[in-house]
Amino acid sequence: MWKWLHPYANPEVSYHFVGKILPWLSALTAICLSIGVVWALAFAPADYQQGDSFRIFYIHVPAASLSMGIYFGMAIAAFTSMVWQFKLADASAAAMAPVGAVFTAIALITGAAWGKPMWGTWWIWDARLTSELILLFLYLGIIALHNAFEDKNLAGKAAGILTLVGVINLPIIKYSVEWWNTLHQGATVSKLGKPSMSADMLWPFLFCFLGFALLVAVIICIRFRSEILARNSIRPWVRKLALTQTSLVQHVTVENK
Amino acid sequence: MQFESFSDFIAMGGYAFYVWLSFGVSTALILTLILSSIFGHKQVIKNIAIRVQREDRLRKVRKQNKNSTLSNVAPDITSDLSDNASSNTLTNELSKKEVQ
Repeated sequence: MWKWLHPYANPEVSYHFVGKILPWLSALTAICLSIGVVWALAFAPADYQQGDSFRIFYIHVPAASLSMGIYFGMAIAAFTSMVWQFKLADASAAAMAPVGAVFTAIALITGAAWGKPMWGTWWIWDARLTSELILLFLYLGIIALHNAFEDKNLAGKAAGILTLVGVINLPIIKYSVEWWNTLHQGATVSKLGKPSMSADMLWPFLFCFLGFALLVAVIICIRFRSEILARNSIRPWVRKLALTQTSLVQHVTVENK
Repeated sequence: MQFESFSDFIAMGGYAFYVWLSFGVSTALILTLILSSIFGHKQVIKNIAIRVQREDRLRKVRKQNKNSTLSNVAPDITSDLSDNASSNTLTNELSKKEVQ
């Protein structure tokens, strides 16, 4: 039933498939993100308590939940590669780590910039903020491990173990606002049933969230393709592709001489 | 539109610094990530091309070696040139040739 998926396990097929969907994905990202950000900044109403500082919410929440979502995806990839020795999963995990790190950093920085006017402090060592900071360190550790070994399979294995151990941090981040007393407000959007947001705030949020999620997908796709090439650089198709894509430059330099 | 004027929009109801700090830093980080990803992809392709071309050059030199009288220096190296090109032995051979 799922056999149609099998050809995509081939790096070459995967590489070209991702390259084909990338322009469409990028266009969709640009549309969603520009609608979302313009709506959030200029058209969404100000919060009755927080005023216009509430607009930070439209970046902060998507970035924070994506930082966890990317980690979850990376953990699945690491698990797949560890159990079934599936090489492409390693490549995708390596592609996800830097993206996750950047979105974690965005969540932390926008959180600080929102916390200062609302709580009166940039930073507080409470459970939500500290566990998110640990997530950033986990990402940095995983990136470092991916780059620490010449042999990419070995690097993927080491980074995969750290990734899987670090999964324990995800429920801690998620439930930290319920388990411990904190300055951080509880869930606004993801409440089951009815989100405690009015529709004219929810819609721009959904556009922002979708836009950022698509953006994450686009960047991961770009990095995934580089990882495929770097890991298969001996293969004839990669050699041919590298030569044809750089041949133009070569001819120019030859002519100049 | 929530704001009366453009300056009103920039002021963000008194939270201008925090709002624009958030949006500015996020934009900068994301743009850096996108650009470095695209640049990295080109770099990977370039590095592979450079390596492949170097290997091809070495292969050519070795072929010339073989045709000349110096071919007896290391005729057995030909065999391990099939795939990943053991560059070290090749480079050694090349420098040997240059010395002579």
